Amino acid sequence: MIDFCGIPLAHRIVNGSGTFDAIAARRAFGDAIVEQFPFAAFVSKTVTLEPRQGNPPPRLWELPGGLMNSIGLPNKGLAGYLQEDLPQLAELPVPLIVNVMGSAREDVARLVAAFAEREEVSALELNVSCPNVKTGLIMGADPRELAALLDHVRPHAGDKPLIVKLTPNCASPAEVAAAAEQHGADALSLINTLRGMAMHPDRPGEPWLGGGTGGVSGPAVRAIALSQVREVRARTELPIVGMGGVQSGRHAVDLHRAGADLCAVGTESFRDPLAAARIADEASMLDEAFPANAARGTEVVRL
Amino acid sequence: MSPRGAAAGQNPASRGAAVGQNPASRGAAAGQNPASREGSGAGGAGYGSYGPMDNPTADGRTLAPIRRRPTQLVSRRQYGPYTVLTARDPDGPTPDPGQFYMLTAAERWGGGEDERPFLPRAFSVMRAHEDQTLDFLLEDVGPGTNRLAELQAGDALHLLGPLGKGFARPRDGRRPILVGGGVGIAPLAIWGDALGAAALTLLGFRDAAHAEGAALIPGARIATDDGSRGYRGLVTDLLVAELGCDPRAEVYACGPPPMLDAVAAICGRHGVPGQLAMESGMACGYGACFGCVVPTKSGYVRLCVDGPVIDVDDIDRVWPAVGAGAVDGVRPAVEGFA
Repeated sequence: MIDFCGIPLAHRIVNGSGTFDAIAARRAFGDAIVEQFPFAAFVSKTVTLEPRQGNPPPRLWELPGGLMNSIGLPNKGLAGYLQEDLPQLAELPVPLIVNVMGSAREDVARLVAAFAEREEVSALELNVSCPNVKTGLIMGADPRELAALLDHVRPHAGDKPLIVKLTPNCASPAEVAAAAEQHGADALSLINTLRGMAMHPDRPGEPWLGGGTGGVSGPAVRAIALSQVREVRARTELPIVGMGGVQSGRHAVDLHRAGADLCAVGTESFRDPLAAARIADEASMLDEAFPANAARGTEVVRL
Repeated sequence: MSPRGAAAGQNPASRGAAVGQNPASRGAAAGQNPASREGSGAGGAGYGSYGPMDNPTADGRTLAPIRRRPTQLVSRRQYGPYTVLTARDPDGPTPDPGQFYMLTAAERWGGGEDERPFLPRAFSVMRAHEDQTLDFLLEDVGPGTNRLAELQAGDALHLLGPLGKGFARPRDGRRPILVGGGVGIAPLAIWGDALGAAALTLLGFRDAAHAEGAALIPGARIATDDGSRGYRGLVTDLLVAELGCDPRAEVYACGPPPMLDAVAAICGRHGVPGQLAMESGMACGYGACFGCVVPTKSGYVRLCVDGPVIDVDDIDRVWPAVGAGAVDGVRPAVEGFA
């Protein structure tokens, strides 16, 4: 068993927030997805106070070595999530980590408080890649802004571990990480997607994505993830969930050796729903720090 | 067994065809797939029911094994610009007409020059055979379809599926009219097979060269943009004429977004129900990425889990939302996901 902030996990591979919908997967694959759940913990999509439709399509753009998305955090809002999603996610055989985001500190505090009292929830993750409507600053891009957010929010989290999802779109993720540690974060996760854009092929000067810009993920960002995890590890003692372009056990082991305690799989799951199970098994053969995944029959590929 | 009963095994076709192809021309298009409400595909007659396990969920769809299955190409055949790939699938269930699969070549996919294609591509199943093979229709319009189209018999690929909701049977004993454009004819093949002689199939292509694809659906009536084969004009002209003769019909359509948009408008004008097998850029095929949404009267829905077959009554306007997001896309070869 792996101990992550006091939460026992069967192995070190989890999902990145917003890269796997366990409820939709059950519609496509049935109960098999529950029986062979590929992740050691499930991280939900970002939940906001009010429902969000998400960005207009097109939302996707395939890149050399990856994917760019502008999904726009569609979700049912806090009330809808509590009523419709949480009961279903509570049926998963692994701990649930709920990711939340708000554009004001008070909003984030309300979300955190609402989930802090739910026993189905093992930990909370803060998506701080959005602007504070009052200051205009990206909450997770500036150490002081993040410190103020955590000072406001931490008391509402009770005994739930609070994970801060760092954005790579800032001057120094390590500085932000240090501020997070000093102001009550229990763990860090990184990297979020890197901001990018694609030009519309038919409309000169206009973006392809409905949201204008998007987040780059996949193998294209793996080297960046490695360097940022290593940099952040050098500045803090906090547990780290490392992610960015993990496609194989080798990549997970690399991230672990750079400083990550857990490794998240995101874009690779789009290519294969059981990619995370395969990655856990591959990593277990490369490094004894990695327990194998319990799911059976994954095709193991050594890279 | 499933509600889908025997039928389950049919085959529809749909997205497969390319889910990504391109709208631009009418013909070309999109392969999509449909979905069905309850019994979608069901009915049928079973054609290829080869799969032993047909375990439908509450909404009646046939479920996919979670695993991305390694398999092998049995054959590839060319029909004008269209390629039919036949792949072995001994371990999968029999798909519902209108369901789709995510395909990936085992070699040179995400690791070759330029690292594209990277994501799997979605294709409606065109037919499911008793010998445990599946047919997919594609047109080479981008890096993904290009790589798949160059596969030869014996080459390895991966498939995930069947996914999505397929076609539902006609309401109130209505006569089914199937309308396909370009590569979008794929799901209509399996659906037409399931419906049997009652179905009338109308197919539209750019020209006679593209209309070679019509050989995949014997008995279909054909329209070409340039009149080089069949009726000169739009396939939707044929639909209007049919509905003028007998409006007690239900329309099933798959093709480029402008065609689907026209079909939706025609259904509305004639007060006829319809089901559109749509397509959109899709990264995962099972609801994870939230990338394939299309606008409906109840907001954005993910085509991969709530479609790809969408009821005409639920959709506001097909174009440009779908075309803009098409995976294999509007701009073949260059952008998006082709």
